[in-house]
Amino acid sequence: MSHPILETTDLTVRFGGHVAVDRISCTFNTGELTAIVGPNGAGKTTYFNLISGQIAASAGKVVLNGRDITRLSVAQRTHLGIGRAFQLTNLFPNLNVLENVRLVIQSKAGRGFNMFSMASTHDDLTTPAMEIVERVRLSGQALQPVSELSHGDQRKLEVALLIALDPLVYMFDEPTAGMSVDEAPVVLDLIAELKHRKDRSILLVEHKMDVIRTLADRIIVLHNGALAADGEPAGVMASDVVQEAYMGKELDIV
Amino acid sequence: MLTKILSGDMPRSTALAVVLIAILIGLAFAPFIFPGVRSVDTAARISIFIVLVASYDLMLGYGGIVSFAHTMFFGLGAYGVALASTHMGRGFDALLVGSVSGALIAALLALLIGLFSLRVRAIFFAMITLAVASAVAVLVSQLSGLTGGEDGLSYKIPRALGPAFKFADGELFGVRMDGKLLKYYLVFFSSLILFLVMLRIVHSPFGRVLLAIRENDFRAEAIGYRVVHYRVAATCISAAIAALAGALYAIWLRYVGPDTSLSMEIMIDILLMVVIGGMGTMYGAVIGATLFVLAQNYLQNLMDVAANAVTGVPILPDLLNADRWLLWLGVLFILSVYFFPTGIVGRLRQPR
Repeated sequence: MSHPILETTDLTVRFGGHVAVDRISCTFNTGELTAIVGPNGAGKTTYFNLISGQIAASAGKVVLNGRDITRLSVAQRTHLGIGRAFQLTNLFPNLNVLENVRLVIQSKAGRGFNMFSMASTHDDLTTPAMEIVERVRLSGQALQPVSELSHGDQRKLEVALLIALDPLVYMFDEPTAGMSVDEAPVVLDLIAELKHRKDRSILLVEHKMDVIRTLADRIIVLHNGALAADGEPAGVMASDVVQEAYMGKELDIV
Repeated sequence: MLTKILSGDMPRSTALAVVLIAILIGLAFAPFIFPGVRSVDTAARISIFIVLVASYDLMLGYGGIVSFAHTMFFGLGAYGVALASTHMGRGFDALLVGSVSGALIAALLALLIGLFSLRVRAIFFAMITLAVASAVAVLVSQLSGLTGGEDGLSYKIPRALGPAFKFADGELFGVRMDGKLLKYYLVFFSSLILFLVMLRIVHSPFGRVLLAIRENDFRAEAIGYRVVHYRVAATCISAAIAALAGALYAIWLRYVGPDTSLSMEIMIDILLMVVIGGMGTMYGAVIGATLFVLAQNYLQNLMDVAANAVTGVPILPDLLNADRWLLWLGVLFILSVYFFPTGIVGRLRQPR
């Protein structure tokens, strides 16, 4: 059941002289939740951007399900099964909540070029969209423009868009950043639910150690753009190098 | 039924509904309500400009794409009809061939410009369209053997659309049942259908993708929409419809020339009409075009009347001199943008 789905080989990106991601080779498995940790500026988000395609790699490869996707566009990767939620909320601000989710379902259904029917008549898109809006507890705000939502609700919607996409590889970039203590569990429960399905690979960039402890099957540590450690959560967290260099302070807090 | 025709886009404001119905009735019965060459001509222009402005709004208001080549597409349709009618002789087949080939060439040119520049950045597209539009305008005025140069082309359209043709005896409400009337209704119904088609497109799944791209192209791509393809498609549709509007204009005027269908002035007029009416609303095109064309045609007369009414008062008659109508049009424009930043439709729909 646990088999490799996504692999990066010597993945590298340079901005001028600066190497932001430095020869990262790593394999991610279906049914596994991998937490990606490291200090600010370690290259976590850049590594994500390389996998989902927002940034082109300078060298190395990204392989999804045996297919080299290194040169494909973001949209093509999305259709092949890479899904991404963003660290800074990245939604369609003047469209309502339901429409945000509906657009994702419509994209999956491949109906974007349907020009002569009314979008409102496609009930087979609207109904599942509404179900997802309910799952993230936003049904009360379904018809509100996103710009009027609280920060926490926007974060929930950000996750909802990814769930609507239901990719093979889920990529969450600090999904609970800035959420209140009451709101974060809604998102974390959804991620836990996904994890228990065992048929998806989940990549999670996260700073909160308690979240990582409860959710992660595996941790990889990035430092200065390179892979510094990779393994079982207990082992990685206990290793001296990680303790001292990268997580000393954060572990003290917990 | 009505919901279907309007693609679910109800006016959502009583005032807006009243204005739209008034414009529809005014245009539908123009030859009967406002008989007279000039008023019917104004009505036909309004119908055509509604289509032209709405097609621009499809690109700007829904797709978020700025183009300065819209008059070029308009002109391609107009010249298509003119050239076909000149070379094939008068006939409906010439009109059809001219309109369709004009629309196809416009779409093809839009495709080329789009593929070439929309990959990069939206502003680059704007620059390219400006360059191509200027180049085409120069070409048209230089290739005088083909296009008639600055003088333009006059040609004959089918007899059935001319004043000499009578399809029924007598008069209806004092209006002669002649080809001129048929021609007006050809323009009116073609415009109405084109407008309703665009209304449907912006409310289709495709239209929703355009909105998503305008809102956040980065995220639209990340949920699986290839932004370039959608932008190019929107540009092509918009160009083709603008060309069809141009074809209607050419049929209506029986003349094309650089000034009537290609000039930068028309481009600026289109921009003003979209902004005055309200971007991204479609109905904004109806109101913007109606107000603007009416002002263009009647502001001078109105000012003449006003100037005569205030003779004897110092300064005022000079200010209201009919020659200064452009000044007042400018003032009207500034005021409307100042008071209705979201356009007239945006303002009317504002909840209060």
